[in-house]
Amino acid sequence: MQETSGQSRWHALTPWLFMLPAMLLFAVYVIIPIFQSIWISFFDWDGIGDKVFIGFGNYAELMDDPQFWTALWNNVLWLLFFMLAVPIGLGVALFLNQQVLGIRAVKSLFFFPFVISQVIVGVVFSWFYDPSSGLLQDIIGIFGFEPLPILASESMATYGIIAAGLWPQIAYTMILYLTGLNNLSPDQIEAARMDGAHGWSMLWKVIIPQLRPATFIAVVVTVIGALRSFDLVATMTGGGPYGSTTVLAFFMYEQSIFSYRMGYGAAIATVLFLLMLVYIAFFLWRMLRAERG
Amino acid sequence: MFPTPIQQTSRFTQISYKVALPLTILIWLLPLAAIMMTSVRSIADINAGNYWGWPEQWMLIENYTEVFARTNMGRYLLNSVLITVPVMIFSVGLATMAGFALAKYKFRGRIAIFAVFIGGNFVPFQILMIPVRDLTIQTGLYDTIWALIIFHTAFQTGFCTLFMRNFIVGLPDELFESCRLEGASEWQIFTKIVLPLVRPALAALSVLIFTFIWNDYFWALVLVQSDEVRPITAGISALRGQWLASWQLISAGSIVAALPPVILFFAMQRHFIAGLTLGATKG
Repeated sequence: MQETSGQSRWHALTPWLFMLPAMLLFAVYVIIPIFQSIWISFFDWDGIGDKVFIGFGNYAELMDDPQFWTALWNNVLWLLFFMLAVPIGLGVALFLNQQVLGIRAVKSLFFFPFVISQVIVGVVFSWFYDPSSGLLQDIIGIFGFEPLPILASESMATYGIIAAGLWPQIAYTMILYLTGLNNLSPDQIEAARMDGAHGWSMLWKVIIPQLRPATFIAVVVTVIGALRSFDLVATMTGGGPYGSTTVLAFFMYEQSIFSYRMGYGAAIATVLFLLMLVYIAFFLWRMLRAERG
Repeated sequence: MFPTPIQQTSRFTQISYKVALPLTILIWLLPLAAIMMTSVRSIADINAGNYWGWPEQWMLIENYTEVFARTNMGRYLLNSVLITVPVMIFSVGLATMAGFALAKYKFRGRIAIFAVFIGGNFVPFQILMIPVRDLTIQTGLYDTIWALIIFHTAFQTGFCTLFMRNFIVGLPDELFESCRLEGASEWQIFTKIVLPLVRPALAALSVLIFTFIWNDYFWALVLVQSDEVRPITAGISALRGQWLASWQLISAGSIVAALPPVILFFAMQRHFIAGLTLGATKG
């Protein structure tokens, strides 16, 4: 009896030993910093000198900062328009879900913007939009329009950046849907065809419900992509013109690194984190429910 | 199969499909094609507004040589490799161990720890930025490649653990039980049974992590600053400031930077997509 309890204690320790290195690193570089950031957000701090506790001072300042509201509003725009990647990705996947010669190559060509760094996507689209030498100007020139300086316009620049972001994102959702379409149950489709379903009614009533797992993942990665948007804003406009394209992620970086306002930056990061937490909680809840059930 | 296979449709639909397919791919990749063409043009060509026509002069070798000769592009590329490869090995290694523990042992708090790994993986980078930067400065790692290697390893461990745990959970329990009955230690079970069986997952995961890390920009801005350690993403973005309107050089540099993950993707496509879509069919 003594022996087995010693053995079982050792046995109980085994999984923890396996997890130890991963847990330690993850705790030090991911989990603890979240709480540290929230803590820092209650201080006035330039990153070098002493921290001065100001309670909710940074948050109160945020409420009166027009730049914060611009950033938040742009994040809302990102969320809304980035979601287009989900239906468009489904559309492309349906279009490509055929067996014709060379379709595999076509699928991978469609996918490969996703593999390219967002910095490069930003460069490509900056050039595409460039008012003096860009491709877009040539295209709209054919229809007799004047050059459109999209990234220099306060009202259009954010949409221009989101459009650039949609390019790799559609590639991503497309590949998720192609995999989903591959795993459809042929029996159900046949049965529905027997019942006279075809075209749109088939898509709505039979296909889309079966694609729910793919849709779920597509929505999750798109929301996260929209809230994480930083690279494209940084490379395409640097938040300009006049701060009109800034998003919370970029605003936070700007305030902390360039203005040395770590406390204020941490407060912005906390707001962004809380927004994301809604989705993280939803995702975890679904995932764990699937795990138990 | 949905939609209806094109072979079963009318002749007209079939022909339109075959025409539409190359046309859409052309439009889809238009910005990329344009940048490829630009990278082989001369500056005179660009100034003359020749975007669509055949390049007046082929400057392929000149432009690409200039990118390497006149800038630190070579160094940036090397830095990216030196950062990406260790992260790939460390994070996948640590996550395989953690994933095994979470998948095949029953203990209290298992679900909670798994949830922390998954949740942590989705947080915005900005909530980590200030403390991670401070920690990096305090440990004297700021502006070294180790700053990026350690942080990326830690962060990617979350995603990798989720991935490996979900893969290992599908391995049959009987295998482990029979080994235990034969007196194998837990570590032996890990090295002799788990590692060989997870090989396909390791390949898929490694390709994904390579791409994620190679393309990272935010942490390259936050944790390093000098040319000697900068990876390619931060490098390209710095070079853009110097080159201003020399689009032929910017294009050539961008293509060089994009090439490694693109080559890897086309070489290991099946693994890449299997990794990315894990969870899209179930869960």
